[in-house]
Amino acid sequence: MIYTYAFVAIAACVAIERFHNRRAKATIVLLLAAFLAIAPRFYGNDAVFSVLADAAVYVMLALGLNIVVGFAGLLDLGYAAFFAIGAYTYGMLASPQFGLHLPFWALLFIAAALAALFGALLGAPTLRLHGDYLAIVTLGFGEIVPQIFQNLTKYTGGPNGIAALDVPTFFGHSFGASVMPYYYIALFGIAFALWISRNLRESRLGRAWMAIREDELAAKHAGIDVLRSKLAAFAIGASFSGIGGVLFAAKLALVSPDLFGFQVSVLIVSMLVLGGMGNIVGVVVGSLLLTIVNSALLPQINSLVDTAFHTTLDLSNLHFLIYGAILVGIMLFRPEGLLPSRERRAELHHAGEAAVDA
Amino acid sequence: MHEFLAQLANGVELGAIYALIALGYTLVYGILELINFAHGDVYTFGSFVALGVLVGLRAAGVLHGAGLILGIAAALIAAIIASALLNAAIERLAYRPLRKAPRLAPLITAIGVSFMLENLIELWQGSAPVPFPNVIPNPQLQIGALEVGVQQIVVVALAIVTMVALHFFVQRSRLGKAMRAVAQDRDAASLVGIDVNRTIAITFLIAGALAGVAGFVGGVSFGSAWFLNGFGAGLRAFTAAVLGGIGNIAGAMLGGFLIGLLESFSTWLIGGQWSNVAVFSVLILVLVFRPSGLLGESLPEKV
Repeated sequence: MIYTYAFVAIAACVAIERFHNRRAKATIVLLLAAFLAIAPRFYGNDAVFSVLADAAVYVMLALGLNIVVGFAGLLDLGYAAFFAIGAYTYGMLASPQFGLHLPFWALLFIAAALAALFGALLGAPTLRLHGDYLAIVTLGFGEIVPQIFQNLTKYTGGPNGIAALDVPTFFGHSFGASVMPYYYIALFGIAFALWISRNLRESRLGRAWMAIREDELAAKHAGIDVLRSKLAAFAIGASFSGIGGVLFAAKLALVSPDLFGFQVSVLIVSMLVLGGMGNIVGVVVGSLLLTIVNSALLPQINSLVDTAFHTTLDLSNLHFLIYGAILVGIMLFRPEGLLPSRERRAELHHAGEAAVDA
Repeated sequence: MHEFLAQLANGVELGAIYALIALGYTLVYGILELINFAHGDVYTFGSFVALGVLVGLRAAGVLHGAGLILGIAAALIAAIIASALLNAAIERLAYRPLRKAPRLAPLITAIGVSFMLENLIELWQGSAPVPFPNVIPNPQLQIGALEVGVQQIVVVALAIVTMVALHFFVQRSRLGKAMRAVAQDRDAASLVGIDVNRTIAITFLIAGALAGVAGFVGGVSFGSAWFLNGFGAGLRAFTAAVLGGIGNIAGAMLGGFLIGLLESFSTWLIGGQWSNVAVFSVLILVLVFRPSGLLGESLPEKV
């Protein structure tokens, strides 16, 4: 069942990428939205929608990171830190931890703002750095943040984290134990993230990002305020992650520091690399594919193998091998990703030779 | 005072290990401008190979008397060879095809290789730390107020000898000269007849060999090997390389010892759970305020 949903969504994405007619694209988007909104009434169960809601959160994260890495060309290896900040915002302000019970809906915005603030705080001193140095600094930041959450036991519950988070309500109706509200909210989140991404890409700021990505020096001399544009990318990208964090924490009703390690940052980077960095639709496909493999395909293969050979293998160990293989394989054999934008593919396959040492 | 000296000795020992790993990062960065993210895992691999050899020899019952010394030497040499070959293989398969790709591509590939290695080592050795065979005697020496194990002295001495040898190799030998030439300008080096690919491959072999030495030494001094060891140690060593000035051999050694001391003293003074935060804060501060490091020269940006 989960594969039906995933297949429909991915097929629609591929179709959107292949059609050039604006009206055809809009029709497909509307049909897909209608399908994703209505089909759950007839088809599927809580387990399926739980995975789909998680997938939707990852799509949001990937879209946020895509602004930083794909649009502005800044490799951020500590993106999970902002996810953690969002999740802990909910964990600390909507739980018995301090006796604070702020509403879920307000916290979505508060977390987005906080994550953006931390994005700017990290970015302000570090965005002068280039390429790999920036990657390493963000990696360091990504290691520090969960460690701080783990160490400040008095406020964050330490290694155990905070449990029994508030169950959100919608006009007085509690979400209860159902996963459907999270599924729908995450769908809205994706729609919003897609809309923002698309508009940003076409905006003055978006064109500034791409200019910086292609040639920072040239962009600077063309009058672009490089530092401010990069800061904006960091802050906006981080805010997506903050919202994702609140959704994630509310659905799980739990936050703990080990949920936001380096492997999460690399997972999101793998989604981008797999789908095609910079291309919005490609990124959606990449994150859907990886989430489905992680939460549906691997467990299923695992139980199949176990029943067939009477073993008790743990294939969840293979996650890292899969992310690693994706990063290496795609970079070596299809650097533009599975579903790149036309411009990017053209660049990598024709102009590539001219851009040596770029 | 007693505790201070003990932490000092501890930090120097840790620092020697970090310095050995840091040299690998610095050599590769110097020549390719690539952060070889998988380097830490090459170190882990070396540790496990040394461990495997020692376990095998102990089971064969040859680890006593002269056999013990030969056995330790065999474990060290096996770790060196295995790590060197692994590192060179990574370069050949994963980095060489990307020599002309956009700059972030090799780094992303390196992260991928690192994840794959970690997972493969986990599949091979399990997810729990494996204890190192406790076969190497470690009598304690009293020097004034300082009490150190012979192992600690040997570990530091081995590291220093290796580093001095590397320094002379790079500065004096023909191959070292070729390495420096390729690091300075790859195209010009190939014009004067240096085989660039071969030189880069040899650099990876040497960096891997150093990681092998570190793997053996680290296994002995930590008393265990673990599939994720290389991640933390690698990041610390990379921080050390950056602190000293990346691409600079003396800088990597200095940075290694400083980071080792920082870790042991921060563990002592503010608690082990903060040592990560301390090390990565140093990394961020150095990169932001003095990206050329303590001993590095600031280079004009390449256009």
